[in-house]
Amino acid sequence: MTDQSPFVDIRHAQKSFGTLEVLKDISLQVQQGEIVAIIGPSGSGKSTLLRAINDLDPLTGGEVWLEDMQVNKALPHRQYEAHINKVRQQIGMVFQHFNLFPHLTVRGNITLAPRMLKGLSAEEADKLAEEQLAHVGLSDRIDYYPSQLSGGQKQRVAIARALAMQPKVMLFDEATSALDPELVEEVNLVMKRLAEAHMTMIIVTHEMGFAESVCDRVLFMDEGVVVEEGPPSVIFHNPQNERTRNFLRKHLADNNG
Amino acid sequence: MASALLSFFGGILFAVIALHGPWFIRLPVRFFAWLFMGTPLLLQLFLIYFGLVQIGIDLPAFVAGVIGLGLHFAVYNSELIQTAIIAVDKGQMEAARTLGLSRGQALRKIVIPQAVRDVIPPIGNNMIALLKDSALVSVIGVSELTLTAQLAIGRTYRPFEFYVVAAVCYYIINLGLEAVLRRIERRVQAAR
Amino acid sequence: MDFELMLRIYPFFLEAAWVTIQLSILTTILGLICGTLGAAARLSRFATLRFTGAAYVSIIRGTPALIQLFILYFGGPQVGIQLDAFEAGVIGLGVNIGAYMTETMRGAIISVDKGQREAARTLGMSQFQAFRRVILPQALRLMIRPLGVNINALIKGTALVAAISVVELTYTAQRYIGSTYKPFEMFLLSGVLYMVIIYVTGKGIAYLDQKVRLQ
Repeated sequence: MTDQSPFVDIRHAQKSFGTLEVLKDISLQVQQGEIVAIIGPSGSGKSTLLRAINDLDPLTGGEVWLEDMQVNKALPHRQYEAHINKVRQQIGMVFQHFNLFPHLTVRGNITLAPRMLKGLSAEEADKLAEEQLAHVGLSDRIDYYPSQLSGGQKQRVAIARALAMQPKVMLFDEATSALDPELVEEVNLVMKRLAEAHMTMIIVTHEMGFAESVCDRVLFMDEGVVVEEGPPSVIFHNPQNERTRNFLRKHLADNNG
Repeated sequence: MASALLSFFGGILFAVIALHGPWFIRLPVRFFAWLFMGTPLLLQLFLIYFGLVQIGIDLPAFVAGVIGLGLHFAVYNSELIQTAIIAVDKGQMEAARTLGLSRGQALRKIVIPQAVRDVIPPIGNNMIALLKDSALVSVIGVSELTLTAQLAIGRTYRPFEFYVVAAVCYYIINLGLEAVLRRIERRVQAAR
Repeated sequence: MDFELMLRIYPFFLEAAWVTIQLSILTTILGLICGTLGAAARLSRFATLRFTGAAYVSIIRGTPALIQLFILYFGGPQVGIQLDAFEAGVIGLGVNIGAYMTETMRGAIISVDKGQREAARTLGMSQFQAFRRVILPQALRLMIRPLGVNINALIKGTALVAAISVVELTYTAQRYIGSTYKPFEMFLLSGVLYMVIIYVTGKGIAYLDQKVRLQ
């Protein structure tokens, strides 16, 4: 891939709650098709950074750009609302706790936004839902309610729901943290396939093995700053920074202990 | 019946306004709710029936009764729905906004349907209370069950029998409502 | 707004409010008695008592309080019960709210953990001792708040006796609406008094609840 202007561009992101600074001047450029993992201890600000990309947690300073469009543009309330809804349709997001809509079936969950926002007919949306479910291997569950699915299945439906909007970028906020260990792999597999299809992905995760095998680049964050970033081979096997080494050592010990 | 519908949809409307409306609408609505919850329904019926006449709107007693009962229970339903809206997981709103839905769309399609489902049992109880309180509109001269009984008594001087008959009628309607309500609850429970 | 008129007639409303307060207090006492008996009947070992309790609750809660009042006040003389309007009001409303209180008390008692009773029984307490020493104290704590809700409804419910011409707040408001054609002013006067009564009662119940919780 030739060097081009970044696809997602975070410039000097700054965020504070009162006197507490959660993000301290963070910049991150992601190219189209690139897969970036963000790791770090809890409270390091990694989720906040991810949620700033679609302005779910608005920044207190700095800019976020998606291609040639500024996400967190300062606009009068009404215009901002219209603008951000357009932007968010192009950014898919997957949550730790799935956040499927419990009163709708799997079909309803997937077709709701395309029908409401893209004006798809019922048939078109149904076809779309079937396609997306086939991708995540859940075609037979289309008329189930979320409460009838396992955690892994719920998360796969959540991914299908996000993909049905044909987003340019996918954000994953600890997508497997709430799952039982034996269900993690099915979700990882879906994400791997997405990666192979060259989806641009930004992944906040605790799964170091997964980050290493799938991602092009890893950021290690701590206390609101990016401590170290580089290819997985360097970050995981030859980290330069003391804090990165400590974190990885501790993480390894926790997971084996 | 008309009061029940008014109280149901009015309840949703008030709840949304009380939680999400701009302050210059939100505050009066909250004040109005506070007023209606703190005073007797009968007094409110008098106010609406006679008060509207004072400001030049002469409503038939039936319409005044429907409005009075409807508003009164709309306020109670609104309290229930507000609690339920707040209780809907924050992640639901977030997920909907992430897909690009506006706040209004997310409320309408995601949050409110879930909230309404959660409040069906208590709202059902309010409906039953409304049925019983509909007896009150006899006082402003709407010819419903209670007033009909009174008129019959005026002719026959047998109050005991006629009021007992009226009570039995209310009781039967009440049992029917409860049965319907239980049915709806069971159906809704299945779709969880 | 005719403030002059309101200033002139407010003493009548205060008098009426006093009647409303008396009604509320007497009705609460009678309601608590009926509620206790009702709850005891519904939780009894004897099927007849249980059935009687359930029928009481179902019939009273299934029919309008206004009709119950009418049966008592207008229908009573026909079967040999002569009551003045105030007495009929207290008895009618008290028996009515008693049915709701029955359910409140029963709910509080059965929501005390079954394990509590079992633990008391394994310590060698009799059924009655276990109820008195272990279950009831915990249930009392649980029922104060919901009984407060019942009492709040009861205070507003006292307005019903206006329909049998007890000269309390709502009746007074209605009468002055009729004679002055100033419904908003009358609503304001009586509404404020209702709110004060309800507010003070609410505070009292919250205080009681707090005190019981500290024990």
